[in-house]
Amino acid sequence: MSLWVDKFRPRTLDELHYHEGLSARLKSLAASGDFPHMLFYGPSGAGKKTRISCTLKQLFGNGVEKLKIDQRVFISPSKRKLEINIVQSNFHIEITPSEAGNYDRVVIQELLKEIAQTQQVDLNAKQRFKVVIINEADSLSRDAQAALRRTMEKYMSNMRIILCANSTSRLIAPIKSRCLLMRVAAPSPEEMQTVLEHVAKKLRFDLPPEASQQIVADSGGNMRKALLVFEALKMQSPDLSGSLKIAKPDWETYCHKVADLIVQEQTPARVMEVRSKFYELLSHCIPPTVILKTVAERVVERVDENLKADIMHWAAFYECRMRIGNKKIYHLEAWVVKVMSLYKVTKHFVYDFDMSEFE
Amino acid sequence: MAFFQGQAKTATKHMVDPALQPWVEKYRPKTIDDVSAQEHTVAVLRKTLTSTNLPHMLFYGPPGTGKTSTILALSRQLFGPDNFRNRVLELNASDERGISIVREKIKNFARQTPRAQMVASDGNTYPCPPYKIIILDEADSMTQDAQGALRRIMETYARITRFCLVCNYVTRIIEPLASRCSKFRFTPLDSTSSTLRLSQIASAENISVTPDVVSTLIDTSGGDLRRAITYLQSASRLSSSTNPPTPITSKDIQEIAGVVPTDVVNDFARALGVEVFGDMDTDGPVDGKKRGFETVQKKVKAIMREGYSASQTLSQLHDIIITHPTLPAKQKAKCALAFAEADKALCDGSDEELWILEVGLQVLRALSS
Ligand SMILES: Nc1ncnc2c1ncn2[C@@H]1O[C@H](COP(=O)(O)OP(=O)(O)OP(=O)(O)O)[C@@H](O)[C@H]1O
Ligand SMILES: [Mg+2]
Repeated sequence: MSLWVDKFRPRTLDELHYHEGLSARLKSLAASGDFPHMLFYGPSGAGKKTRISCTLKQLFGNGVEKLKIDQRVFISPSKRKLEINIVQSNFHIEITPSEAGNYDRVVIQELLKEIAQTQQVDLNAKQRFKVVIINEADSLSRDAQAALRRTMEKYMSNMRIILCANSTSRLIAPIKSRCLLMRVAAPSPEEMQTVLEHVAKKLRFDLPPEASQQIVADSGGNMRKALLVFEALKMQSPDLSGSLKIAKPDWETYCHKVADLIVQEQTPARVMEVRSKFYELLSHCIPPTVILKTVAERVVERVDENLKADIMHWAAFYECRMRIGNKKIYHLEAWVVKVMSLYKVTKHFVYDFDMSEFE
Repeated sequence: MAFFQGQAKTATKHMVDPALQPWVEKYRPKTIDDVSAQEHTVAVLRKTLTSTNLPHMLFYGPPGTGKTSTILALSRQLFGPDNFRNRVLELNASDERGISIVREKIKNFARQTPRAQMVASDGNTYPCPPYKIIILDEADSMTQDAQGALRRIMETYARITRFCLVCNYVTRIIEPLASRCSKFRFTPLDSTSSTLRLSQIASAENISVTPDVVSTLIDTSGGDLRRAITYLQSASRLSSSTNPPTPITSKDIQEIAGVVPTDVVNDFARALGVEVFGDMDTDGPVDGKKRGFETVQKKVKAIMREGYSASQTLSQLHDIIITHPTLPAKQKAKCALAFAEADKALCDGSDEELWILEVGLQVLRALSS
């Protein structure tokens, strides 16, 4: 049995719930025959992938849903073998370049060349071109992006590229200038509630408004998360009434604990304690940026107004260093030490101030 | 064009219907006189057409200013359609460019002796000078080693080949290579030339655009004509797809270009304590006392939820602050520092939310000091 997120995923542009304007645009573009290269961007869980697959279906019909997964071998310039899984149908192919690590350029180049040079063989195909979907396009290396530039211009007659990314900042200007940009904003709370109600109706049960509000408030605009939480809650308490408790993911609770540790005590011993917790989180593959942001946001909730800006400043500072640097833990730790010392200095300041008033 | 060469055999039965061609390709200049702006370059190159003596060349400048188009057009004018294929070799970053491969390709290409045949199948006469042209597009993504090796190659085949290096950043081309070439700088297109070109395209495509739309196109594309043309085509696709067709508006262009709506940026700026003039809906200006960390954080989260790009948001905020009529210079300077830091961080791939927040807080601090 599949999860609700998958089971109730819209399959066609008409079934999509929110951003009707966007769906209408996609539909007209798919119908016009001169479909451009596209770049979908927006926060995670906003529905980019769903929209892309609906667009594909609009372009090619049911055939795109017949997927096969191939394992392909690429040879890097240094003669290393890379094995990469590729999802494809007769009409499109999907790649996630981060799987290729530093060799994304080789993979992209080979695949695109190959596709560009093969004509659509299926005579019944609705379009002459094949579509290449590049997921997480913002993690493409500069090199790989450079390799895309002219390819995108040259092979336009039998290939279209759809890039999918959270942000556009990391894409180079020549790539952006070759694509039609499609912003997919997170759905509004009302829109999310409609989706939840739709699911409830399909499954023939009642969703109390309080419950749906609570789920939506917890999700931060992430539709996927909302649906997952919804399903979990329904399993816990089938009638969804009374006060619901939405369990936070373990890693989040854990991050909050770390934040509390930092605020409670500022000593070398505490730094060591926090450090081991960071290791724990990292070893569970929680991305370091997520760790830093979650902890920092929790810390600023519990400190004085005058400290908040500084704490976030150093979070931004060390997050940037962490990107360039190699050892994530150093930078997480450096931030903790920085925050502790800031906190201590201000506390002393207040303390001294109070004393002088007493005298 | 290289595109048609590789495909020539297969593509004939599948010839691209011009109606479905992207306009950037459809309206790529066919001759060097079609190239907008870049007067100096065009003037010099026009002379080479009559003297048929060509130096090695280096074209550099920002994206979408006509570099690739110019060299392709020039080559076509020199050799005509029949000889283009055996006289011009185009290599770019998407081809394999390990130096051994480049050497091999160039060697093979240069070996075949040029055949002169002046009158082409289309009835025109072409100068057809006795050399071949090798275009190295996107040359700035070649490694230093490869560039070094290229020096020798250039010398070896100097008698029968001319090189044209094309790049965005001239500083990434090694000096010995650059000094062998005549340099041509391509500047971002000025608004007069862009306007002219865009109106030509619009009338050829039979769409009506208001001056307002054209000026939005030019503002949002920053002198990159390719971008302006792409935006125009997308906007016209969208506007003609509605029933009945609606005219193209500046707002469509802004949305396509990923511009953050003015009221969103203004609202954010106001939350940071910037006095924003000249917008109509001043409902609920942020109360001076309530301005603080939480307000800023909330605004940033809202911007992130909408999916606006951080660099775009910051560049618009930057413009509001730096061109602000009443802010003191010292405060502006402090803000400018924050913008600079953030730009660097974003280029390094840092988290967008953290850095919009950082800029917001720094501006807030600078303005309240
Ligand atoms: N000066 C110009 N005159 C006329 N059209 C232009 C000019 N510059 C750009 N264009 C238009 O933009 C498209 C792209 O231009 P071109 O490929 O020459 O850019 P480029 O300078 O090589 O950019 P990049 O650095 O991204 O490779 C052309 O097909 C043409 O439609
Ligand atoms: Mg170019």
